[in-house]
Amino acid sequence: MIDKIRSADRRRVGMLTAVGDRWRALPRWQQGIGLVAFLAILYYLPLLGIPGLTWLRTDSIEGGNNWAGVLFVCAIYVLVAIGLNVVVGLAGLLDLGYIGFFAIGAYSVALFGSVNSPVVKWIQQEFDLPPTWAVTWAICLFIAIVLTMISGVLLGWPTLRLRGDYLAIVTLGFGEIIRIVARNATGLTNGPVGISAIPGPEGAPSADNKVFGLIDAKPWYWLAITFVLIMVFLVRRLEHSRVGRAWLAVREDEDAAAVMGVYPFKFKLWAFAIGAALGGLSGFLFGSRNAFIDPTQFNANLSILFVAMVVVGGSGNMIGVSLGAVLLAYLPERFRDFADYRWLVFGLAMVLVMILRPQGLIPSRRRARELKDRAAEAEEVPAHV
Amino acid sequence: MHFDELIGHLGQHTVDGLSKGAIYALIALGYTLVYGVLRLINFAHSEVFMVGTFAVLILWNQLGVENNPPIGQAILFLVLGLLVAAVASGGTALALERIAYRPLRRKNAPPLIFLITAIGLSLVFVELFGQVLPKLLGGVLPAAFGRPRQIVGMPTIIEQKTLFTIGNTAITNIQLIVLIAAVAMMALLDWFINRTRYGRGVRAVAQNPETAALMGVNQERVIMLIFVLGGIMAGAAALLWSMRFGFTQNSIGFVLGLKAFTAAVLGGIGNLRGALLGGLFLGIVEVYGATLFASNWEDVIAFVVLIVVLMFRPTGLLGESLGRARA
Amino acid sequence: MRRSYVRALGTAALAATLVVAAGCQDSGGEEGTASGDCGGKIAIFGAFTGDNAGLVIPSLNGAKLAVKQFNEANPDCKVTMQEFDTQGDPAVATPFANQIAGDNSFLGVIGGHFSGESDATMPIYQAAGLAMVAPSATRTDLTQKGNTSFFRVVGNDGTQAGAVATYLKAQNAQKVFMIDDASAYGAGITEELGKQLGPLVVNKDKIQERQAQFDATISKIKAAQADYVFYGGYTREAAPLVKQMRAAGVQAKFVGPDGLYDPAFPEGASGGAEGAIITCPCLPADKAGGTFAADYQKEYNIPPGSYGAEGFDAAKIYLDAFKDGKKTRADILAYVKSYDKQGVSKYIKFDAKGDVDPTKVVIWAYQIKGTAIEPLQELKLS
Repeated sequence: MIDKIRSADRRRVGMLTAVGDRWRALPRWQQGIGLVAFLAILYYLPLLGIPGLTWLRTDSIEGGNNWAGVLFVCAIYVLVAIGLNVVVGLAGLLDLGYIGFFAIGAYSVALFGSVNSPVVKWIQQEFDLPPTWAVTWAICLFIAIVLTMISGVLLGWPTLRLRGDYLAIVTLGFGEIIRIVARNATGLTNGPVGISAIPGPEGAPSADNKVFGLIDAKPWYWLAITFVLIMVFLVRRLEHSRVGRAWLAVREDEDAAAVMGVYPFKFKLWAFAIGAALGGLSGFLFGSRNAFIDPTQFNANLSILFVAMVVVGGSGNMIGVSLGAVLLAYLPERFRDFADYRWLVFGLAMVLVMILRPQGLIPSRRRARELKDRAAEAEEVPAHV
Repeated sequence: MHFDELIGHLGQHTVDGLSKGAIYALIALGYTLVYGVLRLINFAHSEVFMVGTFAVLILWNQLGVENNPPIGQAILFLVLGLLVAAVASGGTALALERIAYRPLRRKNAPPLIFLITAIGLSLVFVELFGQVLPKLLGGVLPAAFGRPRQIVGMPTIIEQKTLFTIGNTAITNIQLIVLIAAVAMMALLDWFINRTRYGRGVRAVAQNPETAALMGVNQERVIMLIFVLGGIMAGAAALLWSMRFGFTQNSIGFVLGLKAFTAAVLGGIGNLRGALLGGLFLGIVEVYGATLFASNWEDVIAFVVLIVVLMFRPTGLLGESLGRARA
Repeated sequence: MRRSYVRALGTAALAATLVVAAGCQDSGGEEGTASGDCGGKIAIFGAFTGDNAGLVIPSLNGAKLAVKQFNEANPDCKVTMQEFDTQGDPAVATPFANQIAGDNSFLGVIGGHFSGESDATMPIYQAAGLAMVAPSATRTDLTQKGNTSFFRVVGNDGTQAGAVATYLKAQNAQKVFMIDDASAYGAGITEELGKQLGPLVVNKDKIQERQAQFDATISKIKAAQADYVFYGGYTREAAPLVKQMRAAGVQAKFVGPDGLYDPAFPEGASGGAEGAIITCPCLPADKAGGTFAADYQKEYNIPPGSYGAEGFDAAKIYLDAFKDGKKTRADILAYVKSYDKQGVSKYIKFDAKGDVDPTKVVIWAYQIKGTAIEPLQELKLS
């Protein structure tokens, strides 16, 4: 049975690789057309109404969720996966506390942008500002990115010298610290009550907003997907730059990289800070779209879900991790019929994917080769002696 | 800040912390054994413990145990509980190894893959005991077990009494049993690893798998052994937990596992005595912290201490090594 | 080369078709209002699965029962109720709110069941002109935000805390030790109680979710020599807490709010909760009006738990509106605003802010006996 699944899987992978190779063989202008078509589809998705495909929509089932709203969640999870991929997939650092950065991003826009936040109230009082004053959305975006980068460096500075497994537990602890502080520091964050009236691009949530109104979620998806595309472009450039190659070297063999003059600590810290900023950006979008956050939304479970997105999708490959993110966000919404068995099915699927396809659904080509090498090594040294 | 309270009852808080840490330490052994030999974080170990508590629950329920049974019966129930929990937890750990980890090891998969598999398994177990089993067994087992994901109570086996008081420090019978039992289990394990033939095999594989294989050590058997041993320790922890706290729930594993893993890292992961020290240290830190501030800051304090310790001793308090292999 | 050229063109053509098709086919929501002369569609949202489902399911069942009875009694006036499972997560509740608000066939909303999800979605429903009737969102400040479409058929935390304070004072409590779980619900109600009790509060502590060992807290209770312990929070932490308190020889009476009105509490504490007092803005089954308790028992084979009657009442408001021939969101909102009738759980009439008339709120004290939660007495409000 398992062998059958495996061979079917191998065939599928063969096809996938063939698709990849053919795509690369196409002339530039055809790639360009394909890309434009793909982008058009991305922007068209929330309107999806092609007969025969409407079953894809999450609102096509009884009690299903808003389609554009789910797409928005998919988009910010893709952003998360891309950011975490820099840390896990490219630099090879296991970060189990990514939710911490996500939370900091969300709280940045909440604390500085909402009139209900204790921080804004304090500033109003201190500087005699009107009670409607708050930091504008665009500046909050800047604050979110700066704050998460700083926190990434602050966390990375003492901990990145630790070996991989230690880093995992320390980062997990960091995520929990952020959540518990948000929950307990009532004077700063409103504690468990949460913060409402978080602004969007047009200011505080209100029915008068022309584009980012309260009822229609589509503009939010378009905003998020635009951010995703920009970030994909930037991270791709980074991946193929000197920094990207340094990450690769550090991931493969830290000591060898150090000998060659690539200072591992510096590049790890860069990976951490950039990953953190992307997590913060997605948290920022999350907070500003929902207009309400409270600490229960930043559980450690989510950190683990994030890592799962990267690994299941294919760590190191941006298309892979994006697919992982979309699947993990979309499937539970579309298949709500499972209701109470959602997580059971999810857990089983995770185990199966890992046993059958440890390289992930769409592996990075380099990663796949590494895994093959390792498997070959394992065969050379038989387990039973 | 309640410094007066902490200093005034320092002895009491220390004893409370030690009895709390003893359970962390027993669970931490499972992480440390597996890590010492395979360099792998068995994230699903927390569920091994959870399964143990449910085994005790089901056993006591089937025996019809009431609150505060006579002492003779109480001892019988505890011994039976230990056996059943050890078998259930050891069996679960072994099953995890055979079903999930072995195929991955065959492929020489990188640690991250093991971690995600373990997380998936952990989810499966939590859901099995939270959702599937209650529906299947709801009629057979205590009524409360039929309510998915709810907390289920267990009878009190030993009534808590203050045994003796030193200064203003009262030590209860339960605390004493937990501490003695935990230390005894650990001494037994330490003896097993350091003094017996099987233990030598474990240490040999931990030091150098290839050489050990050359010397005729059956590596697969050693790996099965460490999973079972870790499972038995988790089973012992499950019994002590059931006796001390008298409740269980499908989701109790996560927090405890996290703490136990923290304890293992604090002490130096892969180091048995480190797990003991780390567990007790963490227990004390948490109780002190909860007294100084409030209990809702407990976890923050625990993790901050972990980060600080690792900054100054990057391989934990005692350093990592199974059987004094690597200092 | 030729093949790939054709394929690329084909892809582009397909994409173009899709984009064009987009223009005509937005299947977002069905326009128009309810068909026929009478009836319509309402939505109910809350945590119907997940860890906290136990607290919410009775309300859902109550609402379902109301709809079922109505449809049986009025075959010519069909009302449907659509469930939306938020798992209690505000981030899941938000897109649901978009969905419900954007679909004009929905004429009213029952929910939210928790305060967080209510807070998150209130502005959306208000913008859509949809009435929201909450069966169990009790946080006091929800109605203080100037929202005009939010109503609740349940007393708020302030009212319940007032009743607890009156009760404690009547029992001649001298030293009350307050503990909460630092959750929005637990901390909220505990804080309200602290305001009302003033100097009677001898000390307080906060614990955290999923905590199992309470030595530090119990030491503090002992040191304070409290005669009453109030715990704001849920069963999961309360059961082991009360059990360990008793084992450690603390004799203080244990009082908790409706978060503990849950059969898992006495069972989870296996005897430790004996004699504990639970307050709840919910009527004992036999005191509830009409045949509700019996009907519920017959339909679901269990007694209505917490908020079963509130869920029934919330649905009843909309059913009465439909019966009255109301067919638009605006009409129904106005109808809810001026609702003035005896419900199953209490007399329902909303004040200007959307709270049920505070003098009509009924709060009962229950006591744990064995594994049962038995009604003790009705509490005076502040």
